[in-house]
Parts: sequence; C-alpha cells; structure tokens
Amino acid sequence: MENNSSVQSKLYTRKVPILWWMHRWVDIRFITRELTSIFVATYAVIFLFYIRSVSQGAEAFAEFSEKLSSPLLIGFHVFALAALLYHSITWFNLAPKAMVIKIGETKIPGLLIALMNYAGWIFISIVIGWLILNS
Amino acid sequence: MTDSIKLEVSRYRPEQESEPVFQSYEVPLRKDWVILDALNYIKDYVDGTLSFRWSCRMGVCGSCGMMVNGTPVLTCATFLEKFAPGPIRVEPLANFPVSRDLIIEMSDFMNKLKSVKPWIIRKEEKPVEEGEYLQTPSQLDDYKQYSMCINCMLCYSACPVYGLEPAFTGPAAIALAQRYNLDNRDKGQSQRMEALSTDEGIWQCTFVGECSAVCPKSVDPAGAIQRYKVAATEDWWKSVLMPWGKGK
Repeated sequence: MENNSSVQSKLYTRKVPILWWMHRWVDIRFITRELTSIFVATYAVIFLFYIRSVSQGAEAFAEFSEKLSSPLLIGFHVFALAALLYHSITWFNLAPKAMVIKIGETKIPGLLIALMNYAGWIFISIVIGWLILNS
Repeated sequence: MTDSIKLEVSRYRPEQESEPVFQSYEVPLRKDWVILDALNYIKDYVDGTLSFRWSCRMGVCGSCGMMVNGTPVLTCATFLEKFAPGPIRVEPLANFPVSRDLIIEMSDFMNKLKSVKPWIIRKEEKPVEEGEYLQTPSQLDDYKQYSMCINCMLCYSACPVYGLEPAFTGPAAIALAQRYNLDNRDKGQSQRMEALSTDEGIWQCTFVGECSAVCPKSVDPAGAIQRYKVAATEDWWKSVLMPWGKGK
C-alpha cells in the first residue's frame, strides 16, 4: 500500500475530446437527439411570450401574431416540430426499457407498452387540438 | 487472403513514455484466432514486454476487455478475421486511467460497485431450521438478466457520460444494484436508493444506450437505469403524497 501514491502518479489519464461524438453514427444520433431540446425549449419560451401578449390586450396579441407569421419564425416552428417529433418518437420507442409491467406472473410485451404510450400521446394531442380549434 | 495481419497496439511504459504510443506487430491471421490469441502470440514470440490482462479465455472472467478499432470488446470473443485485411488497433479500455500498455486502473469501478451494496440485505434472517428461501421461476426471471454481469467494464468504456463525468456511478454498478433490488429475498432497496437517487447516480444517465449495445452478456444496464429512474420517481411522489409512509 505504501507504493500506492507512486503508482497513482504514473497513471495516464486520457482526455475526452470535445468532438468525441463526431466519429460514430450512434453518437451523432444521440447528440442530435439531445440538441432537439434546444428547439423545444426555444419554442416553449416563444409560446410563453405569446400567452403574455394575450394578457396585454388585443393589440399586443395581434402584433405578436404578426411577428409569428414571418417566414423566419414559421421556418423555426416547422423545424421545432420536426425536432419535437424526432425526440418524442425515439422517447416512446425507448419506453419499454423503463417500464417493465407484470400482471401476475405475466410480463406485458414491450411493443404493447410502446403502443399504449403512443395511444396516450395521440389522445392527449387530439384533446389539446380540439380545445384550441374549438375555442 | 493474406496469412498475416497487422496489430497496432497501444504501449504505455511510464518509466519510458509520458503518453501512450502505438507499436505495430505482424501476427498470423488464423481463422480460429481471437484478438487475445494474437496478443498472447506477441507476448510469447515477438515482444515479452507487452502487458495485458486476461484469465479464462471464454467470456466469463471479464478480464480481457479492450478497445478494438475504437469499440470496447472482450478480446477473447472477438475474432481476428473479422478485421481482415487490417490493421487492427488495440487500446486499453476507454474512460479509465492507463496503468501500463493495455492495463487500466479499475479502483474507481470497484469503489462504485461497493457503494451500491451488491449483496442480499435482509432485515432479519429466518432460522436455518426453517429451510431455504424459495423462489418461483417468475421471481428468478425478474433479476436473472442483471445477475449475468461479469464486471468486465466494457459498459463504462462505452458510456460517454462516464467519460465526461467520472463521478457517475455508471452502468454495471447500477445494473447490479437492480439485480438485488429486484430479488424478492432482498430488503435493501431503500439503502441503495440513498446511494443511487443522486446527481452522481441514476440521474446523470442521459440514456445513450451504448452500455447495453456493447454488453457481452446482454445485461442491458441502460434499461436497468431507466427502471431505477421510474422507481426513484415513484418513491419521491410517495414521500411527498404520503409522508407518514416514510421509513418503511
């Protein structure tokens, strides 16, 4: 044990390069998925400002709506939607890994768990869509 | 087909080099040889100074894990022929400090493994006269997959989170914690939860999934960690909604 410190001092520690994820397709896919969160978060912030404009009166709301209809922001929203769909689909595909459900002695198949998640997602989306379009 | 293949082997001799260098060796390309056979050929016939770990040579001991062309593998289970015509780059497992040549320093993993208490914890033992603890096949099935872990540390090498955040408890230790949590004889879930439901524990995992992809025993540590997150979340909600039920 007395040699432990001298052994430790001779250890070589490799640094992880900042672009470690550029070499393999699986890592690129993973980082892409992580980066989708930036678009989702930005969308959420814009949406919060949009809600605030409602509380500021009809004029502010119309002004904000006008801004949102600019080609740049429409482009951003299309991209954010694609990012959100990519994130959500990969998330629901992974759901069976996190959720292992047994009824009695029988394990529910992973595919069924994923399908139940998709069904819930679609149902909630329809309800929200209905609420927005009918208000 | 060529009858030999080039191995580019990472060498680190602390008394000689300040950082690892690659050394090339030409070895026979035999159909029935794995990477470990080639390394042993080098050690026995070409360069006796090359250092690496191995033991069982049959994918059970978990000693011979190395990076082969950038991917963590058990060298006893990876055939040379797969990489023909070569060259094959052999390096020590990524994300661990290098002690010498292909040997990594594994104390960090050993300490983390110990921290999750990977053994059966009982509140009270029943007397021997009452016999053994029986389990149904379904109860065995709940944890059996995780008990297949051979502590080879390939999952730590594949995990970018562990590479970037060395404090992360890591895939195998968490999978082994689950092995005991899901064993119906065990009563130590809450003790392990204290160690694992922390920033350095399960919550640091971003579900890259590579730990499960490289596992030679199909343990699926990534799945174990996500299940643990669900259990920890349930535990937290229970403690908020039913504080009187704490200290179970």
